[in-house]
Amino acid sequence: MKPLKPLQPLDLGAPCACQQTSQEASLPDSEDRGVLARRVGLGVLLLVAWWYLYQSLAGLARFATYQVLGLEQGTHLADSVEFFLFDTPKVLLLLALVVFGVGIVRSFFTPERTRRVLAGKSEAFGNVLAALLGIVTPFCSCSAVPLFIGFLGAGVPLGVTFSFLISAPMVNEIAVVLLYGLLGWKVAAIYMGTGLAVAMVAGFVIGKLKLERHVEEWVLEIRTTQGGEDVPELTWAGRVDAGLAAVRDIVGKVWPWVVAGIAVGAGIHGYVPEGFLAAIMGKEAWWSVPAAVLLGIPMYSNAAGIVPVVQALLEKGAALGTVLAFMMSVIALSLPEMVILRKVLKVRLILVFAGVVGAGILLVGFLFNAIL
Amino acid sequence: MQIKVLGPGCPKCHETEKLVREAVAEAGVSAEVVKVSDYQEMAKLGVFATPAVVMDGAVKCSGKVPTKKELLAWLGK
Repeated sequence: MKPLKPLQPLDLGAPCACQQTSQEASLPDSEDRGVLARRVGLGVLLLVAWWYLYQSLAGLARFATYQVLGLEQGTHLADSVEFFLFDTPKVLLLLALVVFGVGIVRSFFTPERTRRVLAGKSEAFGNVLAALLGIVTPFCSCSAVPLFIGFLGAGVPLGVTFSFLISAPMVNEIAVVLLYGLLGWKVAAIYMGTGLAVAMVAGFVIGKLKLERHVEEWVLEIRTTQGGEDVPELTWAGRVDAGLAAVRDIVGKVWPWVVAGIAVGAGIHGYVPEGFLAAIMGKEAWWSVPAAVLLGIPMYSNAAGIVPVVQALLEKGAALGTVLAFMMSVIALSLPEMVILRKVLKVRLILVFAGVVGAGILLVGFLFNAIL
Repeated sequence: MQIKVLGPGCPKCHETEKLVREAVAEAGVSAEVVKVSDYQEMAKLGVFATPAVVMDGAVKCSGKVPTKKELLAWLGK
């Protein structure tokens, strides 16, 4: 008799994602199909409701501002309130939908699988692949150090590991959704494209500099063999559950940030005069790009809090390149993260990392200020 | 039985540790729960996504907070 497979995925390769709180492992087949059919039906219904609600948000916000609250049209207060009542539900709706989709996509990827794909890849191609996998691999910043050790130990080149570590937090679904919802698809695409480019090129440059000896010795001695080869496949119902868990977890956690960010943005929208920031954050002020990058290093915020503020800054005359550079610096270069990395990297390598990424971000800032 | 909860100390790791202690109490098994925050030890255990739960040397879960139900199942309840 063949030994029965254990029902629960027990291995290192268990489909875990730190963004997901949890999901039921697997259901028996027939039950699974029934659950799936019901889920699909419910899903279609929800999607229609979602679309209808999304379409009517502008009208609802106007109605609430002028009819329900009875504010006078054209006042600063009414402008701010309408802006807030329109943007908050819009962004939260978009976020819920995309986080759900990304949650399902992520259930196909685990850090183990990504590591296996990247191990032994040549540079250049490895850098490109690592940056792309950074988007879809579940990752949380407190896992950065163990992940770094695990990647190096499995033979992923240093530069390729960096490409992944730069891309994973910077190019994430929350940033892209918020940029799309508040600033349109062009800005979202530019952010995603340049973010990936910075991750690829910075990782490639770090790889070319041959800095392996600036990694702490004990890290290089570790050779991880545990790979979790037989990753138990999730069922589709399991993947839907993973998506729902991601929505509960991420949207549940970031909504206060979004609301606070939009409230600040709404205040700026209603009260700060047009063009107010043009002098200090406009195209002519070339020094504003390096200043924005430097300012972003000690600041630490997630995309959810920073994008609504970014929108308000743009509206009042700040240049797109400056604002993008600021946003990338806040997310990708953070002082606390560098302190944590010090446990596995020598100071020199951390400085090189910050320098190369910072230079990439500067370039993005100058480029967009020049061409737009 | 020895249970190790691996994590550098972010909210998810604390949550995991709390759940593990609750599950142990609920299952009524005698187990020693240890928090591991040393990266070197994590790497030796073969874990590179946190939080992770290791029971008697076997990695049960890594990269997510387990549910109470999963924990109880791993404890044999």
